[in-house]
Parts: sequence; structure tokens; C-alpha cells
Amino acid sequence: MMKMAKFKNRAVAALITLAAAFTAAVPTAATAASSGAPLLHAPVNLKDAVSLQRGAHLFVNYCMGCHSANYMRFNRLTDLGLTEEQIKEYLLFATDKVGSPMTIAMRPADAKEWMGKAPPDMTVIARSKRPDYIYTLLKSYYVDETRALGWNNLAYPNIGMPHPLWQLQGAAQLKVEDKESHGHTVQVKSVVAGEPGLMNAVEYDRAVGDLVNYLVYMGEPWKVQSSRVGIIVMFFLSILLVFVYLLKLEFWRDIKH
Amino acid sequence: MSRIVAAGQGLIDWVDERFPLVSTWKYHMSEYYAPKNFNFWYYFGSLAMIVLVLQIVTGIFLTMNYKPDALTAFGSVEYIMRDVSGGWFIRYMHSTGASMFFVVVYLHMMRALLYGSYRKPRELLWIFGCMIYLALMAEAFMGYLLPWGQMSYWGAQVIVNLFATVPIVGPELSVWIRGDFLVSDATLNRFFALHVIALPLVLVGLVFLHLVALHEVGSNNPDGIEIKKNKDPVTGKPVDGIPFFPYYIVKDLIGIVVFFIVFFAILFFGPEMGGYFLEYNNFLPADPLQTPAHIAPVWYFTPFYAMLRAVPALFGSQFAGVAVMGAGVIILFFLPWLDKSPVKSIRYKGPIFRTALAIFVFSFLVLGYLGVATTDVWGKMPEVLPIIGGVEVATIVSRILTLAYFAFFLAMPWYSRIDKCKPEPERLT
Repeated sequence: MMKMAKFKNRAVAALITLAAAFTAAVPTAATAASSGAPLLHAPVNLKDAVSLQRGAHLFVNYCMGCHSANYMRFNRLTDLGLTEEQIKEYLLFATDKVGSPMTIAMRPADAKEWMGKAPPDMTVIARSKRPDYIYTLLKSYYVDETRALGWNNLAYPNIGMPHPLWQLQGAAQLKVEDKESHGHTVQVKSVVAGEPGLMNAVEYDRAVGDLVNYLVYMGEPWKVQSSRVGIIVMFFLSILLVFVYLLKLEFWRDIKH
Repeated sequence: MSRIVAAGQGLIDWVDERFPLVSTWKYHMSEYYAPKNFNFWYYFGSLAMIVLVLQIVTGIFLTMNYKPDALTAFGSVEYIMRDVSGGWFIRYMHSTGASMFFVVVYLHMMRALLYGSYRKPRELLWIFGCMIYLALMAEAFMGYLLPWGQMSYWGAQVIVNLFATVPIVGPELSVWIRGDFLVSDATLNRFFALHVIALPLVLVGLVFLHLVALHEVGSNNPDGIEIKKNKDPVTGKPVDGIPFFPYYIVKDLIGIVVFFIVFFAILFFGPEMGGYFLEYNNFLPADPLQTPAHIAPVWYFTPFYAMLRAVPALFGSQFAGVAVMGAGVIILFFLPWLDKSPVKSIRYKGPIFRTALAIFVFSFLVLGYLGVATTDVWGKMPEVLPIIGGVEVATIVSRILTLAYFAFFLAMPWYSRIDKCKPEPERLT
């Protein structure tokens, strides 16, 4: 009897140890883009409705010139505490139908002819490219006169998209420093402020954070609801577990071991 | 009250004269005697059934709004997630269920390996199980194409191209499978048909056969001895057996609730599971003109994918790798005849078998890891070494572990015979 219990525990323990070791050894699956440089941490907070509202405003004004969000409807933004009237007044430009998806006028075929590649749809972009990457990307633009549109990016060298928020950030410059590291001289590149834009550095960081926060929300608008329902479900199942366990004990009382 | 009971009994009698209702219930439930010593590992069979039902039910609701069309498939999935009431919940049940199906099936198979549940008289039961596993792989692979993301598309492209390596008929075979020269709308449409009709029918049929075979021979147990050998002389029932209903029904309820806690925690708090259940790149729509830098199959296929990558090209053909990968699955079917040990359960098997099983499980898990990682994950061997100098470490490790995986099976007739086993007990412990 003791032996069986012991073995059972050992097998389970072995399984748990293996699983734990395995999870520890496996990094989260590789993301799409890699530039070698570490990514900045995006300040995502889906419960910050004000940040999300600012992000939505930035998205509509600065991204939707070229990028659609075809699977997202404007009136879904009522999630963020906006009324349909507010959405109509501040966020609707091309249509007056608040239930319409966030499409753009530029057709993908035309865009491809004009720019070489149609700008991707943004609805679930934060799910594929990940928030930290987008946040880093939007903070890594610098002026580069050798590029056709005058912009380059540290996180995505020779990126096709020119700086979408240049009016806000201003003309950031590339700074190359030689640094000593373990006896070698290493070139360290960074982006530093240049000609100022409409925002100072702190305001710009906040704006990029808001925009990324919004993109994360748009990728999974049900996320906050999902966590809330999840907690209720966990609570219910935990209670159910107690009763199911007691039920089993009651039935099994007459089994002799 | 008694009138209601009488009416109920009358109805049962009416049905029983026309259909074997009571006898079926007794045979499979109230008088199906299962060993009384089932442990943790014995939850996963009923859990696999639960997940199968979940997949079928959620799948039905998904098909109501999904569009199997290359132009609209990706959008229709987002439509389900956003505009269908409770759509995200149904879709995440299905996507989480797919991965959890493999979790429970792998643990269920592990149970069979631990306690020798594949041994005589359960060979057919094991073979039906292997066929279920094979059908499940096909079902999962075809289902993965349907969201029509980048990983759906390129994963399908890679897997279908495997068939093109078959000598002589390969290229025609792959075109026949795709219905086109590359993965396209035609492929999506037929994979949809196979995923929602053909393979579920096969799966349900096989599960039925699996259960019929199980209830014919009776369940194995952690001691690996037959409870039918020791029957009560008066009642003719196994002394160490207890009726499946109600005892194991109420016990399995515990397993189901614990499983649901894990399942719904994943669903509500992290349905992507760090990119393993839902790959990040699959949120980019399929683009036939842009090959992703790193194509990785979903985690449950990766041990076999690592085997494929481990095998070097032979005469300029990758067919050897494909054959090894296929053999990795097919070899499971022969297991009942490879194990020559006098005992079934790991409890009474000797140190050699225990070590072999540990190495096998280790190989499978590490191969699984190497299948998601890029081949340069562990760097290269030093150039100064002969032969293997400059070869990627991960490739060498995959080769060794692939050999270990196959050695577990192929050397089993030998090591299981010479192993020092302990005597089996007369009764369940």
C-alpha cells in the first residue's frame, strides 16, 4: 500500500520536475523581427482607458493615412469609455457610419504600385510583431539623408516606412560612439534628440506608449473582459472541485484497499 | 411517486424490447469491472474523450461563421473573434483544445508505456490508439491551415512538400494533395472538407473501436496484472475490480474539473501560451510571396520535425529524413511485439527498461525543443574537430537523440529479455 503511494508520488514528481525543467529551458517562441539590439519595454496597460483613448486618437490621425484596421469597428471604441457621438466627432473622418470597420481609402494594389509594398493591416499587428518591438521601432527613427524618404531606423535598418510621428518627435539624429568593452572597441549606436517637434521627449514617450497600448487593445479588444470572466470561472471551478472531491470520497467509502 | 417510477420502468422496458439499452449500460458502465488501483495516469483517457467532444462542438459553431476561402478566411476568423457573440471564447476553446488534446493524448500514451498497457491481450487496443494518434495529427495539421496565417500557409507548404520527396511519384503526389502547384484556395477548401467531415468521422469511429476493444479485454492497471484471473467463485466478478459506474465516473469528475481549471486558465489568461499554442506569426495573413525566416510547426509536431531536420540528405534527396520521420510514428504500432519482458508494469520491470524509458522520454522532449528552435540555437562545434568540426551542435544532438528514440524500440526485444524483473504480485497492491 505504502509502496504504491510512494511510486505514484514519485512518478508525478518526476513528471512535474521534467515539465518545470522543460519550461525553464524553453524561451518564449521567437518573434518575427530581430535586430540584435535589446527591445525597450512597452508600457501596456489595458485598464488605462485614457491612455487607450489617446492611442486611438493617434492611430486615427497618424497611422490610418496608410494603414487600415479592417477587422475593427469604430463603435467598438465605446469599450474605451467613448460615446458614439464622441467617436463620430473626434475619430471618424472618411465615413459617418459609426458601425463601419476602420478601413482606408487607399487600395492595396495602388499602395503596392506607389510604395513597392502595401502597408500591412494593423488590426492584429501587436499580436504578430509584439508590443515591445513596435514600441522600440517607433522610438528608433533617425534622420538619414542617404535614404529616399530621409528616414532610417535602428531597430529595423532601411525600413520602408518613413517616420510616421516625426511632427511629434522632431528630427532625431543617429549618434555613433566608440566604447571600450573587454579590450575591444565597439561601436554603439543610439538615437538622440535633434530639431525638436511638437512634443518634448517625455511627452513623445508617453504618446508612443499610448499608441502601442491602443494597438494591443485593438488586437484583442475582449482581453479585459476575458480576464474578468476568467477569474469568475476559476472561482467557480475551485468550489466545484471541493464538492466533486467530496462526492468521490463518499462513493469510494465502501471500496476496501 | 411510485406511479412515476412505474412509468419510467415501463418506458425502459418498452425500449429494451427494441434496443439493448439496459444490457449496454451494464456491459459498458455499471457492470464493467475496472481495477480498483487506477492512479493519476488513468485520468487522461476520459479527458481525451472530453476534449474530443469539446473540439467537435466548438468546431460546429466555428463553421457557422468561418469561410474556407483564401481571400476571406483570415478575416472570417477575426470576424468570429470580434463580431460573433462569444466568438472569441468559442475560437479559443478550439485552439486551446487542439494543443490540450495532444497534451492528454501524449500523457495517455505515456501511461501505456509505463504500465505495459500495449501488451497481450491489448495489442489491438494499442493499435487503434496509434491510429487515433495518426488521425489526430492529420486532423490538427489540416485544421492549422484554416486560419490562413503565415505559419498556417508555410507550415502546410513544408509538410505537403515532404510528400514531393517520395521517389518517382512524389511531385505528382504533392500536386494531388494540394490540388494546385502551390498551397492555394483549392488546398484550403479541401483541407476544410477533410478537417470538418472526413477526419472527425474517422476519429470518432476509431475512438468507438478503441472503447469496444478496451471493454472486451478489460483495463490494465499500474501493477500490470490481470484482474480477470482472480474472480469471486460465487458472483463470478473480479475480486479486485469495481464497477466503472459509479466509482470511476465520480473519480474522473475530479480529473475533469482539474483539467478544466488548467484549460480555462490558459484560455482566459494566455491563449497564445507564449507563442506555442498560437504562433505569433500566424497573426499575419498568409502571403505566398513572402517566406518567413523561421518556419516552425506547432509544438506537438516538433519532435518529429527535429528528426526530419536531423537526417542528412541522401543522394540529393530529403526522402531519407521524411522516411525517418514517418517511421518515428509507425514504429509505435509494433510496440506490443517488441517488448519481450515477462512483466508488464514498470513497477516490476528491471533497471535496464526503466533507464531505456527515461532516455526515450528525454529524447522525445529535447527533440521537441529542438524542433521549435533554429538549428544554430546551440552554436557550432569547434572547427578543429575532425568530421563534426563546424557542424551545428543542435544538429548533432538531434541525430544522437533520434538514434536513441529508435533504439528504445529496436533494441527492446533484446534488453527487455535480459532485464532483471521483479516478481509480479498475485493481487493488486
